[in-house]
Amino acid sequence: MLAKRIIPCLDVHDGRVTRGQQFGRAEEGGLRDVGDPVEMAVRYDAQGADELVFYDITATAEGRASILDVATRVAERCFMPLTIGGGVRTLEDVTALFRAGADKVSINSGAVADETLIRRAAEHYGAQAVVLSIDAKRRPEGGWEVHTAGGRTATGLDVVAWAERGQALGAGEIVLNSIDADGMTTGYDLDATRAVARAVDLPVVASGGAGHADHMRAVLQYGEADAALAAGIFHRGETTVPEVKRALADAGLPVRLDELGTAA
Amino acid sequence: MRTVLIDYGAGNLHSVAKALDAAGLAPVTSADPEVARDADALVLPGQGHFGQVVASFEASGFAPVVQAHLAADRPFLGICVGLQLLMEGSEEAPGVPGLGALAGTVRRFPEGDVSVPHMGWNTVHAVGDAPLLRDVPDGAHAYFAHSYYVAFEEGDLVGGRTTYGPTTFLSAVSRGAMHATQFHPEKSQRVGLAILRAFGREARAHREASG
Repeated sequence: MLAKRIIPCLDVHDGRVTRGQQFGRAEEGGLRDVGDPVEMAVRYDAQGADELVFYDITATAEGRASILDVATRVAERCFMPLTIGGGVRTLEDVTALFRAGADKVSINSGAVADETLIRRAAEHYGAQAVVLSIDAKRRPEGGWEVHTAGGRTATGLDVVAWAERGQALGAGEIVLNSIDADGMTTGYDLDATRAVARAVDLPVVASGGAGHADHMRAVLQYGEADAALAAGIFHRGETTVPEVKRALADAGLPVRLDELGTAA
Repeated sequence: MRTVLIDYGAGNLHSVAKALDAAGLAPVTSADPEVARDADALVLPGQGHFGQVVASFEASGFAPVVQAHLAADRPFLGICVGLQLLMEGSEEAPGVPGLGALAGTVRRFPEGDVSVPHMGWNTVHAVGDAPLLRDVPDGAHAYFAHSYYVAFEEGDLVGGRTTYGPTTFLSAVSRGAMHATQFHPEKSQRVGLAILRAFGREARAHREASG
């Protein structure tokens, strides 16, 4: 049976992992160094994380070079799926990430700016390698609106419609980040996740808001997500991947537990 | 033992090379078919669209070398689309022939019941005395990322089967010295490395047996 995935997310700024994305914080000087990306990746690999996601949150030329270097060094030491994103705007950006060691490339604002980027990347590398990442903000009148540029720009696009469009363009997975929930540790946006998961036939990864394992259970069950992504609770050491998985297994969810001693 | 990892432009070879290295196979990655001609073992990765993969493979000049290697029953490992290439063809690219080493056509997962692609960690159950799976527990998880599959049918093939929604498919196969996996052993952490080490053991045993 296909296991529900638990995915630590590492936001990389100037070659260091910073605290959770928390939309807008990068500009306010609110970043906090939480560690070396390669060392942290090795630690999560040993814990039996199902996948790792890296975002280059600088999205500058220097940031780009540094994320490529991180990807290569992680791929040398961790034999597990790696998704990399942040500032991906051209097919050349996509190609550079795959060459560096990414298994999947995550495209966010770049797809809103030019939706053919999803199609071209999927034609080149296959749908299974292309992730559409969506930053969603709840509308006061109901539903959710797609935002770009780290949450700063409202696009007018409806989140569910954009996810469906992403599927039609050839994306192989949707990562849904809730701007409202991100960094709050009060749980994922269950309704947004469920709405997207029901609208598309693609795997959906829920992101933003995890405070403890039961939030993950809720988004995997009620939210119908295939995977739950979290940053802060893992980086701060409040819980570990095996702890979360044991809680999910106790709740009856299919998870991948220790086989051949994944927890080194 | 000389292991050649075939570079025909099929994407992320870096990870495959590193994992083979960690499994003790020390591969040479090469885009030159001549380098592969007298290799003890060949590893054929693959990802993306079946038609494009076949086109790249044909254009690379590796096709006749791989055909001869398979015909001589020398150690071979196909990964992901590298397994699908062993079939006669795929629904993904009707009319484009595969290598035809195994009978059958690659099919697309039915939509509706389950998400497609089949993405993530699923359980692999041994079928017969599967040489690649001897060091991992039955039902161990391996990492998959694909939308097309080879249907599992009871018969003579040994390997592994995996179930996704209503579909049970061939997730690993071994016939003589030819082996292939639909999952990515290079992305399957310790289970994956154990499977690659098992391939290495099989390949070395085959080499010794054939003098």
